[in-house]
Amino acid sequence: MSSLARIILQRLGLGLLTLFAVSLIIAFVVELLPGDITQAMLGQSATPETVAAFRKEIGLDRPAHIRYFEWLGGIFTGDLGQSLASKRDISEFVGTRLSNTLFLGGLAAAFAVPLALLLGLLAALYRNSIFDRIVNLTTLTSISFPEFFVAYILILFLSVKAGIFPGISNVSTNLAFGDQLFRTILPALTLTLVVLAHMLRMTRAAIINLLSSPYIEMAHLKGTRAFRVIVYHALPNAWGPIVNVIALNLAYLVVGVVVVEVVFVYPGLGQLLVDSVAKRDLPVVQACAIIFAAVYILLNLLADIVSIVSNPRLLHPR
Amino acid sequence: MYSRQQKELNRLQTKVSKGSMSRREFLSRVSAMGLGAMAPGLYMQSAMAAPKQGGRFRQGVTGGATSDVLDPGQILDHYMLNVQFGQLRNNLTEVAPSGELVPELAESWEGSNGAKTWNFKVRQGVEFHNGKSLTSEDVVDSLNHHLGEDSKSAAKGQLGAVTSVKADGKYGVVVELSGGDADFPFILTDYHILICPSNGDGTVDWQSGTGTGGFSLVEHEPGVRTLTKANPNYWKPNRRFFDEVETLQIADSSARENALRTGELDAMNNVAPKTADLLKRQPGIVVDVTKGNKQVTLPMLTNVAPFDNNDVRTAMKYIIDREQWLQVVARGYGELGNDNPIGPANVYRATTDELPQRGYDPDKAKYHLKKAGFDSLNVKFHAAETGFGGSIDAGQMMAETARPAGINVEVVREPDDGYWSNVWMKKPFSACYWSGRPTENMMFSTVYWGEAAWNDTYWKNAQFDDLLLKGRVETDPTKRRAIYVEMQQIVHNDGATVLPLFLQDIFAINDKVRHPDVIGGNWELDGCKAAERWWFA
Repeated sequence: MSSLARIILQRLGLGLLTLFAVSLIIAFVVELLPGDITQAMLGQSATPETVAAFRKEIGLDRPAHIRYFEWLGGIFTGDLGQSLASKRDISEFVGTRLSNTLFLGGLAAAFAVPLALLLGLLAALYRNSIFDRIVNLTTLTSISFPEFFVAYILILFLSVKAGIFPGISNVSTNLAFGDQLFRTILPALTLTLVVLAHMLRMTRAAIINLLSSPYIEMAHLKGTRAFRVIVYHALPNAWGPIVNVIALNLAYLVVGVVVVEVVFVYPGLGQLLVDSVAKRDLPVVQACAIIFAAVYILLNLLADIVSIVSNPRLLHPR
Repeated sequence: MYSRQQKELNRLQTKVSKGSMSRREFLSRVSAMGLGAMAPGLYMQSAMAAPKQGGRFRQGVTGGATSDVLDPGQILDHYMLNVQFGQLRNNLTEVAPSGELVPELAESWEGSNGAKTWNFKVRQGVEFHNGKSLTSEDVVDSLNHHLGEDSKSAAKGQLGAVTSVKADGKYGVVVELSGGDADFPFILTDYHILICPSNGDGTVDWQSGTGTGGFSLVEHEPGVRTLTKANPNYWKPNRRFFDEVETLQIADSSARENALRTGELDAMNNVAPKTADLLKRQPGIVVDVTKGNKQVTLPMLTNVAPFDNNDVRTAMKYIIDREQWLQVVARGYGELGNDNPIGPANVYRATTDELPQRGYDPDKAKYHLKKAGFDSLNVKFHAAETGFGGSIDAGQMMAETARPAGINVEVVREPDDGYWSNVWMKKPFSACYWSGRPTENMMFSTVYWGEAAWNDTYWKNAQFDDLLLKGRVETDPTKRRAIYVEMQQIVHNDGATVLPLFLQDIFAINDKVRHPDVIGGNWELDGCKAAERWWFA
């Protein structure tokens, strides 16, 4: 196991380096965008005097690299800094947004991952049957539509026509868990439909790929039932690719849901990032980007660990 | 017999006051009962039933952002305007739904010294949400918040003429201006110039959201949601009927409409013109318009060729098919502009006799172009959706209609980001919009005066500027009207702004919401004061 621990530490170290690179790129790119926060905030009312007063107040009159290193220094002391626009502590409001995003992503994953695995297994079991084709066709159809279209269709049928779920996800911090769950179901369903096909088809392909191996044939010959062959013999060796695709989709559920957030008016991190980029609020953009990058790095790390642990050849490399 | 009739009448009146019966139906039913002559009066009696207290008013609005702050000087868009100006705070003066100027936190005022010195009497017995009493100190500090070198307030320009603001006793405030301005009390209705409690050291506490308004702040998540509750000590009589107001930022127009249809909202602003007719057909939903001064403008910079020549500018005013723009850009929700920024919500708007409507006329455009010494002209039109919605399409239509006049318009698509800093007032011909102003003086002083910071065409006309200063100190309404009509004629004929359209704001409410017959036209949703003026049936 010591080699595993070493791999994890190594990957975490590389992850930190990646985060640093990400923050540097973000700072550079935001600096390249036309206009700055003062002009974005003041809009049409940006006269030279108001812009100058505003820049001075938030310290934007100093060079970019000095501001960047000040921010970096803050990060190492655990201080995400303040929003340039609202002067609020970033950790305070990013926290609520992040928990909203994780809640939505978690709920969608709770629907999507078991469903994708189950349908994938069944599709592999009854491959090339009518069932297999229907499952493939429907999930591919749902992934082919743009997210907002899937969202509107769900709203139209489940909210406007049937009146079961609310059309917007008006969640706030002091809401009871049940209420929050109820109001988050439609966006979670939308995301489920969007990510389902990818995981399902990977599960199906990985298992079918193994089904032609000699040891599976052996299992069949000794009389094991088909479902048991797939779950106990094929699946353990298929975990590697499946988990990688799941990790990719989970990361997507956290970082790629801006459109769904907008359609359902869900107060998540994506909307915050878009607002902050539009306003050139660099510290907030940085905070969001770092969180997104960290999510990607950690989920990928997790996927790699699972594939290593599930595969003895990787666990004990010669 | 009589009692049965009375009973039936009561039933019908209840239906009207609930909004489930139309005026026409009521009148015909009542007439059928033999009470035809009394019917209209009976209808008014029931429709105007006294507003009821109670309920949570949920409104879905646009224009909020995560970067929003409670600083009144930094209000940029509808969301914070609605929350701060419409719910939390008051101004010194207010624009009534009829368009008149009425007192708000100032009980009365008086201009002297050629409208250069203004004495305001602050209303007594008004309390802030935290129990503090309103005094002149709060007013002085709130006005000073927008002044001085370090201020980044958007109202800095509006108050540019203010040289000093001083307290005169506990309830008196004296404002000195560098030049006379009869409209100064009107300027104080600006949504930035809100009264916040003083900190006692010359600054104001805007951070807490405390004000004297009809609602006090309960929860505020910038760019997402704001919850306010009724201020039990609100000083305005016959106002503030809701118990709570929930304001939601909903950027997507389909999401707003869905939420209204599924009963999660009571009101929404900014209905997209292209879906307004569909929304109208939904049962239980009422779609209505605010006829304000919101206007589409195409500023031409007069400090560069060819727009330094008025004949070229006039030619440009003739190459737009305004009827087509009204149908395509505004889907009919608007009215034709006449290259004159004084709109339907203004008092001294020139009549069509005084200022005939300009139309599409390529021959006249050609004539003016010849006069300016051009056979043909190449013009670049710089546009982005930020300038005004639909500006790219509108530019393409202009390119088509301009061709017969020998003018080649090339539409240049600009990025939305940084549009106001890099394109507007920088490129010779661009797309823009203005919300309009409640008075002629404010509109002209803000955008058309030679000295204005926002003079987005750099247009200077000595006669016009002269009249502007005259109009500011003139108090006789007939003479003021004459001055402002003449100014409108000058802008129309010599100005550098093509103004093809006035836009209406479309809003929608469900059938539980009631509002007065006359609603404000100065901002969306009843002058942005729906929260304190409307009620539930």
